[in-house]
Amino acid sequence: MIRLERRASASRFWVWATPVVAVALTMIFGGLMFLLLGKNPVEVIRTIFWDPLFGEFAWYLRGQLLVKAGPLVLIAIGLSLGFRAGIWNIGAEGQYIMGAIVGAAVGLAFFPTENRWIFPVMVIAGAFGGWAWAMIPALLKTRLNTNEILVSLMLVYVAQVILAMASTGFLRNPEGSGFPGSRNFSNYPAAGNPELIAGSGLHWGGVTAIFVAIAAYVLLQRHILGFQIKLAGQAPRAARLHGVVPQRLIVLCMGISGALAGLAGLFEVTGPAGQISIDFNVGYGFTAIIVAFLGRLNPLGIVLAGLIMALTYIGGEMAATNLGLPSAAVQAFQGMLLFFLLGVDVLTNYRIKLGGAA
Amino acid sequence: MLRRTLLASAALGLSLMATGSAMAQDKVKACFVYVGPINDGGWTQAHHVAVLKTQEHFGDKVEIMWQENVPEGADSERVMTQMALGGCKIIFTTSFGYMDATNAVAAKFPDVKFEHATGYKREHPNVTTYNARFYEGRAVNGTIAGMMTKSNKIGYIASFPIPEVIQGINSSYLHAKKVNPNVEMVVVWAFTWNDPAKEADAAQALIDQGVDVIFQHTDTTAPLALAAKTPGVIGFGQARDMEEYKPSPRVSSIIDNWEAYYIKRVQAVMDGTWESQDSWDGLAAGAVGIGEITGVPDDVKAAAEKVRDDIIAGTYHPFTGPINKQDGSVWLADGQVATDGDFAGMNFYVEGIKGDIPQ
Amino acid sequence: MGDINLSVLIASLMVASVPILLAALGEMVTEKAGVLNLGVEGMMIMGAICGFIAAVGTGSPLAGFIAGAAGGAGLSLLFALLTLGFLANQVATGLALTLFGLGLSALMGQGYTGIKPPATVEIDFGTLTDIPFLGRVLFSHDWVVYFSLFMVAAVWWFITRTRAGLVLRAVGESAEAAHALGYKVARIRLAAIAFGGAMAGMGGAYISLIRVPQWTDGITAGAGWIALAIVVFASWRPVRVLVGAYLFGGITVLQLNLQAAGSSIPVEYLSMAPYLVTIVVLVAISAGKGRKTDAPAALGQNFHSVR
Repeated sequence: MIRLERRASASRFWVWATPVVAVALTMIFGGLMFLLLGKNPVEVIRTIFWDPLFGEFAWYLRGQLLVKAGPLVLIAIGLSLGFRAGIWNIGAEGQYIMGAIVGAAVGLAFFPTENRWIFPVMVIAGAFGGWAWAMIPALLKTRLNTNEILVSLMLVYVAQVILAMASTGFLRNPEGSGFPGSRNFSNYPAAGNPELIAGSGLHWGGVTAIFVAIAAYVLLQRHILGFQIKLAGQAPRAARLHGVVPQRLIVLCMGISGALAGLAGLFEVTGPAGQISIDFNVGYGFTAIIVAFLGRLNPLGIVLAGLIMALTYIGGEMAATNLGLPSAAVQAFQGMLLFFLLGVDVLTNYRIKLGGAA
Repeated sequence: MLRRTLLASAALGLSLMATGSAMAQDKVKACFVYVGPINDGGWTQAHHVAVLKTQEHFGDKVEIMWQENVPEGADSERVMTQMALGGCKIIFTTSFGYMDATNAVAAKFPDVKFEHATGYKREHPNVTTYNARFYEGRAVNGTIAGMMTKSNKIGYIASFPIPEVIQGINSSYLHAKKVNPNVEMVVVWAFTWNDPAKEADAAQALIDQGVDVIFQHTDTTAPLALAAKTPGVIGFGQARDMEEYKPSPRVSSIIDNWEAYYIKRVQAVMDGTWESQDSWDGLAAGAVGIGEITGVPDDVKAAAEKVRDDIIAGTYHPFTGPINKQDGSVWLADGQVATDGDFAGMNFYVEGIKGDIPQ
Repeated sequence: MGDINLSVLIASLMVASVPILLAALGEMVTEKAGVLNLGVEGMMIMGAICGFIAAVGTGSPLAGFIAGAAGGAGLSLLFALLTLGFLANQVATGLALTLFGLGLSALMGQGYTGIKPPATVEIDFGTLTDIPFLGRVLFSHDWVVYFSLFMVAAVWWFITRTRAGLVLRAVGESAEAAHALGYKVARIRLAAIAFGGAMAGMGGAYISLIRVPQWTDGITAGAGWIALAIVVFASWRPVRVLVGAYLFGGITVLQLNLQAAGSSIPVEYLSMAPYLVTIVVLVAISAGKGRKTDAPAALGQNFHSVR
């Protein structure tokens, strides 16, 4: 019989090898699914994994990977700090929306003034919007002992209604003859967030994501706060003995993740999305939860996980357009990839042993 | 099913060519960006049905490509760019939310024609906007509603407060009122286009409040299914005929018919006669269809068909004065006919409708 | 404000709440065993499509519900394989399950749009339905409404009154301790996960077979997430799951009724109301209870026995 035996420490080899094995397994099983759907599996898999990186239009799509991965990484890193400390913010989607609304509202209030300080102020406002939205579950948790999972999740739906109000009401483009949607930031240079190098896909959001990933890495490795976060998650009682105040940690971690989600929203709405509209949010706040765990809650792992997710989105989209694959098949394929990535990960910490009990 | 498989294999062959050898020059590649899944039972499905008919019409002279479930914003811009890079000659973007992205991508590909549904921005000479006059269909169904209601309360499940939806509410109400001065309109905002359970809840709430005719500007058959359970309550098919609820509670329907337009525009690209325009076709051009009217008395059917025929003949416009705004101020004087500009961005209720438009 | 008939409102909310009530009850049992499965939405929609296909194929709504339960349970076994077998992270696996379920259901549902499933009729209680107030509230529903109420009682009885329920809770409080006492942690958790999946699947089938009834991609539209929130709201107690589901469903129905009745409260605030009221009520319940939490202590933690 097969059983698992815990390794004394995580295997260095498997830390790097598991993603490769998982991708290979996904290709086999996903390929079978594509075959059942009447597609050429080699073709589909090449379109998903190869073409965005090295195909004919890779010069365009590589940049798009950054556009897609940027917000995922930014949000996931914030979430990972809380998850490590055992704080469950699953409402990043709402914080993302509120960051976008508050930041955009500040920018649009200045329209059409051109001033180089407008964008920085919007960035602060965006972070504030996300932070404030996250403070609601944080303070309800610390003051009134209300479960943060429920509150943060419910506030996503509230934020969505506010977003609809913003796009059909208080942020609606006054020159849009009654149609929903705000002004487009690409027509307002002082408040816009364009590509920093044309064609690179890199905008301030991507830059911030890279910076935040490094900062989070340093924080967790070198700073006392990082130590407290890890300790609070692993051994809450020991943490208290070490002077960690749980309430402060909750407010801090929720605040950081909310602010980063708000930033992601602000960068998205001023850059790639371009405007506040009813459906401008596309679920980054939820996908980022997967990215956080896929990256093993490690900042550098999260960057890689974010890029892999972005690759499957863009490659999957290409497979759907070019090969006529139903977009549902792409979704199922993504799910499979995640299953394998999560399942194979067991090899990092465990050995597989054949035979009876030792 | 068979048609889809055939098409899919055609698309497969097509992409092999695109990535491999040079493409056949005489073929026009027409591409479509959808906001929902192709079988959503409503808006996107109506587009896709038209696309399949377009393919059938042109046979192998045209290659079709589509992408479903494309979110608005950055994702739609990427999909359009990929399509343009991939050799699409004309790209139809079928959701209002694609408006700015369509114009942004059009700027980068001046040789590709872009057609944006339901928007108003044409910032470049290679962008056209197109829409359908759904409010004309609402006028026909509003007439049925006014004559059929026993409780004198008709309900409207609205999605989002945008001009197209508000036109529909006003047109339905005005025409119900015309044949039944006692009629009252009840609007419920669902804040969704496609959430079956919520639409069912909304329909139930309307029925609980004594409504016996339900309009919907959302995609699913949930309201009709509820109407089917409640004797005396009727509704209308939306976007497609919803013939599975014939003859009642579905007594009529508004059918989105995009195929004539798609065939015309793709043909224009083939002929080299394509030009930027703003197209807003209605019943007359067949862009909006009224499904078979069933399960109502003959006089009701005749009255509704007369409204339909008058609109088609051009002798009647659904927004003809006197019409006042909700606050009592004059919108259209007696006999005055609204111009397109008067109601393209409609954001007010007409006199007699209670409640506020959320904004 | 217009007039809203209370008995009609209650009858409506009982129907509207069934999907989240069933799914939340199942998820509560799963979580009682210490397993956090965030894939409720995915399991619900698998139940919705499996139930729909079976009901259309056989012409029997009952077969549809059984198939719906099987579909939800089937997907949950994938979750069990990953989290119990390969010790994968529960939160991420659950989210992946939702993604996979949404995709797979849409693939399976191709060709099932625009079809009406066989109808489930309300049970005929004869003259009982004519009793003022109570007749409408209690005797005007289809069998699943009564089944969902029965399941509340059954789950309550199982958790609080049976030895098996005690073992289940022990596993959720401390898998190590339960293991040391000789209980098969993995097997118990497997059963709890499958039960949660089956209940979510039935909840989904209720949407596609009775509540809507039709098939479209993404038909559950987030009901699974609400079910997860209801479990938390209920502090992992069966009867409070009922309260939570009826509160949420009730406010949803009420806000739509208020709109339909021409209430002067702005629509946007009414639309937010179900979420805000749920938060406020939870705050009121949880305030002043000190630092104690009701969550199973081992929730979300995988367990690996050394033997």
